[in-house]
Amino acid sequence: MRRFLLLLPIVFFAVLIGVLGVMTLQTNDGRDPSLIPSPLIGKPAPEFSLPGIAEIAPGGFLTGDLRGKATMVNVFASWCIPCLAEHPLISRLAEEGLAVYGINHRDTEVDAAKWLKKNGNPYTAVGFDPDGRVSTEWGVTGIPETFIINADGIVIYKYSGPMTPKVLEDKILPKLREASR
Amino acid sequence: MRRFLATGAIFIALAVAVLVTGTPALAVEPDEILANPALEARARELSKGLRCVVCQNQSIDDSNADIARDMRFLVRERLVAGDTDPQVVAYMVARYGDYVLLRPPFQANTMALWIGPPLMAVIVTILALLFFRTYQRERAGRGGPEPLSPTDREQLDALVEKLAAELRPSRNKSALRAELDHPFGTQDSGDSDTRAK
Repeated sequence: MRRFLLLLPIVFFAVLIGVLGVMTLQTNDGRDPSLIPSPLIGKPAPEFSLPGIAEIAPGGFLTGDLRGKATMVNVFASWCIPCLAEHPLISRLAEEGLAVYGINHRDTEVDAAKWLKKNGNPYTAVGFDPDGRVSTEWGVTGIPETFIINADGIVIYKYSGPMTPKVLEDKILPKLREASR
Repeated sequence: MRRFLATGAIFIALAVAVLVTGTPALAVEPDEILANPALEARARELSKGLRCVVCQNQSIDDSNADIARDMRFLVRERLVAGDTDPQVVAYMVARYGDYVLLRPPFQANTMALWIGPPLMAVIVTILALLFFRTYQRERAGRGGPEPLSPTDREQLDALVEKLAAELRPSRNKSALRAELDHPFGTQDSGDSDTRAK
């Protein structure tokens, strides 16, 4: 018994090192400790209504549009370089028939229109959110951010950061399949 | 010397001035402040407990980040709309999750966080008490080093005697010789010698 008590601190330390070691290794597999889990997952998409961007994407969209089919909501801006990096993937998803809605975050109408003209507009509809008020409803902390919403209008997934082909393959596509079931 | 004193005095005066007049830079900008001072005071108080979600460990009251500003506006918007303090906090948690609370709530997934440190303190205290009690009991039981056995005592006496003889050359030489040859007495000198060698 006494022997065991003496060993206890060493055992405790070994376990601690083990746990921290496993968590460190997980970061290699894409676990990012700075990411905050979204409280929106499993809940209906927040209520909002956004105007569009004149000429290039008029009309805007609102919560009700995110119903009846699997949809994606992508938060982007013309000043956001990672958004540009993931833009071709968004375009490909749209070409495949996915309804991708864009929230244009803290941008000017002129810059956003120019950016969409130059890089192509894959979005089913774009909502213009210059003060980020609607992004706040979505709990956006840094863009790009991408949400997947199922046919019932429930948010089932959130990805923070630019999508890469690997992320698309490993994380987005499975969730899109889940959303369209 | 005089110049040193003067420089020192200036430094001290500056330090005091900074301490007295210097306040931490305020992140809250004039255009954010509500007209109603009571609401504004509540907003400031709430802001201190809400985390700026991109700054790891800074409250939205302290942070200059854009999102912190948005969140401060949101807090004030809810207060103006008539929300109570807990309602405002719940509103923020619904959007940004528990992470937004600088003071983590007491719930199932934060148990380890809240219970862990006091539990460790209790465990360590118990271990320390156990160790101390064992230590004390052992010390009381033994009462210092074991006393010498009679044989040890004899050997020691002889050695002391021998040393004393060396230090006193004036002493009778034959007596000393006899003593050196048979330091442990005549009876069992043989045994003693082999042991001494």
